[in-house]
Amino acid sequence: MKPAPFEYHSAATVTEACSLLVSLEDAKVLAGGQSLVPLLNFRLARPQHIVDINRIAGLEGVYERDGGVAVQALARQSAVEDSEIVARVCPLLGAAVRLVAHRVIRNRGTVCGSLAHADPASELPAVLLALGGNVVARSTRGERVIPAEALFQGVMETALAPDELITEAWFPASPERFGVVEESRRHGDFALAGAVRAGARLALFGVAATPVLADPKDPVLGLRPSGDLEASSEFRLHLVRVLTARAFAA
Amino acid sequence: MRVNGVDHPAPSDPRRLLSDHLRHDLGLTGTHVGCEHGVCGCCTVLLDGAPARSCLMLAVQGEGHELTTIEGLTADGAALHPVQQAFHECHALQCGFCTPGFVMSVVGLLAQHPEPTAEQIDEGISGNLCRCTGYASIRRAVKRAAELSAK
Repeated sequence: MKPAPFEYHSAATVTEACSLLVSLEDAKVLAGGQSLVPLLNFRLARPQHIVDINRIAGLEGVYERDGGVAVQALARQSAVEDSEIVARVCPLLGAAVRLVAHRVIRNRGTVCGSLAHADPASELPAVLLALGGNVVARSTRGERVIPAEALFQGVMETALAPDELITEAWFPASPERFGVVEESRRHGDFALAGAVRAGARLALFGVAATPVLADPKDPVLGLRPSGDLEASSEFRLHLVRVLTARAFAA
Repeated sequence: MRVNGVDHPAPSDPRRLLSDHLRHDLGLTGTHVGCEHGVCGCCTVLLDGAPARSCLMLAVQGEGHELTTIEGLTADGAALHPVQQAFHECHALQCGFCTPGFVMSVVGLLAQHPEPTAEQIDEGISGNLCRCTGYASIRRAVKRAAELSAK
């Protein structure tokens, strides 16, 4: 399967990317492409325009900021996995990123791209939510900070406007006790359900339209996960109980 | 873009996937195409030395980068690359369809972990599917490749 026709634009700067996004109708940002290109190949996504941000210089950084770690838009997941700063300041992020697909995918995939894609079964949105982090979104109107609680709106839907670009994500330092556990059919597959613990906070993924904060004492309260061929709704609730217990056992 | 040490212009059609460009425009059919959504790993190539899925990149994105395909691992007529030699010695292929992708992934794995543990080997090859299910021999081949590369 091949992508439907689109117009390709390669941005040289963040400013240029924002101008393109505001002036083009139906444009999609291409970062690592590990989620977008499969959607293009299957023609599940048929944007009129692709704005490639890969040629923007100076957007690959992972650095300490405000007591946490800032991950810029083009920092590859493998670089975050290998980052000494992440290992020291936010080992929860380091542990979670290792669960994202496979190393070869992580060589291209970006952390910010995963957050913008907002797949409800993916790990990184839940990590951002558990830690209470945020993203910095840029457009021609300026810059704004979107907290994780406000970012994730639905299945692959975020609070980002069509012309906004995530330039970096900020993850607070991991508390002393943390963990990320998930159950998937095969190594590297999307999780049937997963739990992220950051201190006393718990975020679940794979069990609702977005990652959700839950009460560690009663993690299934109010949850109504959908069932599919891989797992029934009841089985997902069972997994939530078991995974939460494991995350909080450490 | 530079493919196996030779400069080539990028294709004019942005829809052209890198995997199709390598195979159909440059005739480098050693890069195999299985699933075209990043799951099977058959189309894995080295992008600036690190393995990446060529079916998940537009060919125009290769401009300015160094690409290595299975054909470019060693010069024409030269001895096999240590990873290829190890796959040969350990019978790590049956039908061979997945092999180029496995070899490129293992080249990346050994660059990251020159002496991989059993766990690192499993993790390193977990993104490639072998439908002949010859994984036991492939694991042995990765160990052997590490030995050959250390020599």
